[in-house]
Amino acid sequence: MTTLRRLGVAVCALPLALLAPSLAMAAGGKSAPIAIVADTRFIDNSLMHWWAQMYNENHMAFALMTMVIIPVLGVILGVVADFFMRMTGIDLEKRELAEK
Amino acid sequence: MDWLYMMMPISGVNIFWPGLIILGLGVGIIGGFFGLGGAWMVTPGLNILGFPMAFAIGTDMAQMAGKSLISTMRHGKFGNVDYLLGIVMLIGTVIGMEIGAQMIMWLERIGQVDKVVRWFYVVLLTIIAWIVFADVAKRRAKEREAREKNQEVDKLESGFDWGKRLQAIRVPPMVHFKHAGVYCSFWLPICVSLFTGWLAGILGIGGGLIRMPALVYLIGCPTHLAVGTDLFEVAISGLYGAASFTYKGRTELVAAIIMLAGAAVGAQIGVVATKYVKGYGIRIVFGMAVIGCLFSVLFRQLAAELPSMANLFTVLATIDVLGLVSLTAIYITIRMLKGAKAEIAAKKRAAGN
Repeated sequence: MTTLRRLGVAVCALPLALLAPSLAMAAGGKSAPIAIVADTRFIDNSLMHWWAQMYNENHMAFALMTMVIIPVLGVILGVVADFFMRMTGIDLEKRELAEK
Repeated sequence: MDWLYMMMPISGVNIFWPGLIILGLGVGIIGGFFGLGGAWMVTPGLNILGFPMAFAIGTDMAQMAGKSLISTMRHGKFGNVDYLLGIVMLIGTVIGMEIGAQMIMWLERIGQVDKVVRWFYVVLLTIIAWIVFADVAKRRAKEREAREKNQEVDKLESGFDWGKRLQAIRVPPMVHFKHAGVYCSFWLPICVSLFTGWLAGILGIGGGLIRMPALVYLIGCPTHLAVGTDLFEVAISGLYGAASFTYKGRTELVAAIIMLAGAAVGAQIGVVATKYVKGYGIRIVFGMAVIGCLFSVLFRQLAAELPSMANLFTVLATIDVLGLVSLTAIYITIRMLKGAKAEIAAKKRAAGN
């Protein structure tokens, strides 16, 4: 255990020693914010075009739609996956709680 | 082969979409097994596939929220989620993340902090890896001692008992987290999550990599409960992160949806595998994943520090992440398949008798 502790201290000390020059040399300016616009000219698919257009015109609506779509899709995929997993015959409700 | 590529509507890049499904599958398996969001795997993965970094983080956050929700649903059915503990932890996490993020902005005004943050990440990962393996060694020492006395170590006993010691600090109000089997001061999970949230905020990561071991070693949660409860938290904090990045226009939802298709399958494999692997099995593989992640961060840092060898270290970092994700995902899948095969065979035998 003592050897393990010594090894741990040595391993932790190495990055700390390497960190020192970075801290000392830290200098420079902040990067400027970037404005991103979706280029809709080459999008053929109407759904994709509408989506990109909304991104350009209304970031709030775009963010809200994303916030709704992600959890709803997550739940749908979870339910579908559950349906197929049940067909495997594995008990999906019981497990033994043990560390070793 | 044009059909294998898809134009992303917002970022305007042509992406190899099967790569997104494979990445989703891999991160679904690993995330479901360890209780992680897996930003450290997905962000460089998306970058390799051709996403600009600005979109890689936001897209990762969006898929992380959906994937963690799927994994939480499955873990919840196993009884691996303590929702009350997750909600309490969420309070500290959000406040801690905000403090960490504000601190980083303040540091940015003083000077360039990227390098410092990355070295800090290296130190933190080193400490986590050391804790995991020192705990394994300690548990083995306890087993040896018990054998000498013709006794057995409790199956829920850990090497380090920091969790039990912290639970013994009785500062009111006391709370009983029934599923996790933890009775402690309300302030324990608040303080731990505040600390892990602050670390995550400083590092600009989701924090699962820090929170999962914190739940095990500082709160005293059984490993399976820590994995499930952490995923519940990742799902909610990921959604918050995705909202923030999406509002700034940095999310490619189409890519996140494609990744979710792979992650839905991967999450089932990862979560079901935890049924067949005991706590220390999860902890050891987690420790090895942390070491892999540590090397990836170290290579990227060396690439920044030594410009003449930047290409070499960037390639090494990429190989490390891809190798780590592939090997870990394959290992977890094999464990899941072997366990499921044995369980189904046992059921058939029982039905035959």
